[in-house]
Amino acid sequence: MSENNNNSDKKNRRDFLTVVTTAVGAVGVGAAVWPLINQMNPDSSVKALASIEVDLSKIKEGQEITVLWRGKPVFIKNRTKQEIANAEKVDLKELKDPQHDNKRVKKSEWLVLVGVCTHLGCVPISGKGDYGGWFCPCHGSHYDSSGRIRKGPAPTNLEVPTYEFVGDNKIKLG
Amino acid sequence: MSGQDSNLNNNEIRPVHTNKVGGSPFKGVVGWIDNRLPIFRIFKYEYLDFQVPKNLSYLWSLGGILMICLIFLIVTGLVLGMHYKPSSSEAFVSVEKIMRDVNYGWLLRYAHMNFASFFFIAVYIHIFRGLYYGSYKEPRQLMWLIGIIIFFMMMATAFLGYTLPWGQMSYWGATVITNLFSAVPLVGNTIVTWLWGDYAVGDSTLNRFYVLHWFLAFGILGIVIFHVIALHIVGSNNPSGIEPADTRDTVSFAPFTTSKDLFAMLIFLLAFVLITMFAPNYLGHPDNYIPADPLITPAHIVPEWYFLPFYAILRSIPDKLLGVIAMVSSTVVLGLLPWLDLSKVRSSVFRPIWKQFVFLFVLDFFILMYVGGMPAEGIYVLIARVGTVYWFLFFLIIAPLVSLTEKTLPMPNSIHEYENWKKQGRIKTLKIF
Repeated sequence: MSENNNNSDKKNRRDFLTVVTTAVGAVGVGAAVWPLINQMNPDSSVKALASIEVDLSKIKEGQEITVLWRGKPVFIKNRTKQEIANAEKVDLKELKDPQHDNKRVKKSEWLVLVGVCTHLGCVPISGKGDYGGWFCPCHGSHYDSSGRIRKGPAPTNLEVPTYEFVGDNKIKLG
Repeated sequence: MSGQDSNLNNNEIRPVHTNKVGGSPFKGVVGWIDNRLPIFRIFKYEYLDFQVPKNLSYLWSLGGILMICLIFLIVTGLVLGMHYKPSSSEAFVSVEKIMRDVNYGWLLRYAHMNFASFFFIAVYIHIFRGLYYGSYKEPRQLMWLIGIIIFFMMMATAFLGYTLPWGQMSYWGATVITNLFSAVPLVGNTIVTWLWGDYAVGDSTLNRFYVLHWFLAFGILGIVIFHVIALHIVGSNNPSGIEPADTRDTVSFAPFTTSKDLFAMLIFLLAFVLITMFAPNYLGHPDNYIPADPLITPAHIVPEWYFLPFYAILRSIPDKLLGVIAMVSSTVVLGLLPWLDLSKVRSSVFRPIWKQFVFLFVLDFFILMYVGGMPAEGIYVLIARVGTVYWFLFFLIIAPLVSLTEKTLPMPNSIHEYENWKKQGRIKTLKIF
């Protein structure tokens, strides 16, 4: 009887040691692998470049400029009254990614967009497409004058970057 | 642990063989080496004495041709790597320097570029061969799967390599393909940023793509070794799809198959040299000689020709995630074919219905390739959709259905009988096949 007990006792201790060793081993492997994975993420020097200021005073009504921010193009457009009106009167039910124009701008004449198609990352062309906004040449997505997706494979509206007005004619991106 | 216990508990004494020196069929220095490192006997048994079906056609030369392509790609890649600089500010210039200044640099780069294309030409014919003659069926399923894995790795390596010259097509190709991962729900954008090492394709992306291009090239070489080992276990299929039974059905690999393969390689290399010397950029895209510009997307982005069918499938579906899933699945279903086609008869020669669908599939491949290179609008979208539907229909519905219902033609009992039937005109095959 005592022999049997000893045996099962031994087994339980062995099982416990196996589990503990495996667990510690797994944590160790995880800790060793994480630096190998995380090294591929953007480092601090890349993140530090993440905010820039843009002067808007030279952009006339109807004009648009493109600036490079975090390696991506950002469209800044001084919209005409017609374009603003068109963007505002759209019925949200028609939209694939419903969002009212006033949720996408801080001042209604200034539209600021990340100029990267939400489909596969091409740069849409300004003033083309069926909705008076942008058209992506790669796979045929149409955006309206608020940068919202209207037709084509892109799943969401053009992204509005984080920005704020730092004066009447100047914005800070990022 | 149980082994230890049994050693301790049993008093039985058995001899062990921790060294296996000996057994070489060779004498002298070769025998001395071979007794210790059996490379010579492996070569003798697996290449010189190796028996293969005697009716192998030129379609069976593609394996050797692919090996040649891989070796030439690695050799030319090695020397190009001595001059190329994987940084976003220097890459384009260093490639132009290779083209203009480096001794024979133009030749090495054009050869590397065109070998990549010819690698794909050969692999597509190789896959067609397997498809037509049922080389994926029992017992060759695993070998087929390994082949599909190699095909995936080839596509990844070719894509990474194409980004390296850092031209407009390189840059925007890299952007579009890496953005495929953004279709993954929830973590998509995190994955893409991680792949880039930045918030857009940039310097860090190029540097890691260069390293991965190398890594995968040698990875392919490694997996190819598995493919070949598996081949030497299951043996070559042949146009009749009948397993060889005796020496009337086979020939020795050397010199019969080797000389035939050598001739096929010569023809293949002749075509390669013609393209490389007289139209080196024919299979490329002129926009890639414009330096990468993150602000301007070329009006018409197209991938390399060998990706066009899959690109057409991606674009044919108007939903981003589903499009990506369809594109990946289109190759995955190819790997599942051994379990979708249930017919016991391997060769299409004896499968009159299946044969038609296989040829239709080849046509579908070329049609998709054509529309993949056209703008995604109007009639091209419709054609791409029809082509995509057939692609999946072929694997998922037609393969199982035909294999269960088709009445196959009467078959000979052996390969030598098959050859006699062919002479008598009882079996109709295309001459080259």
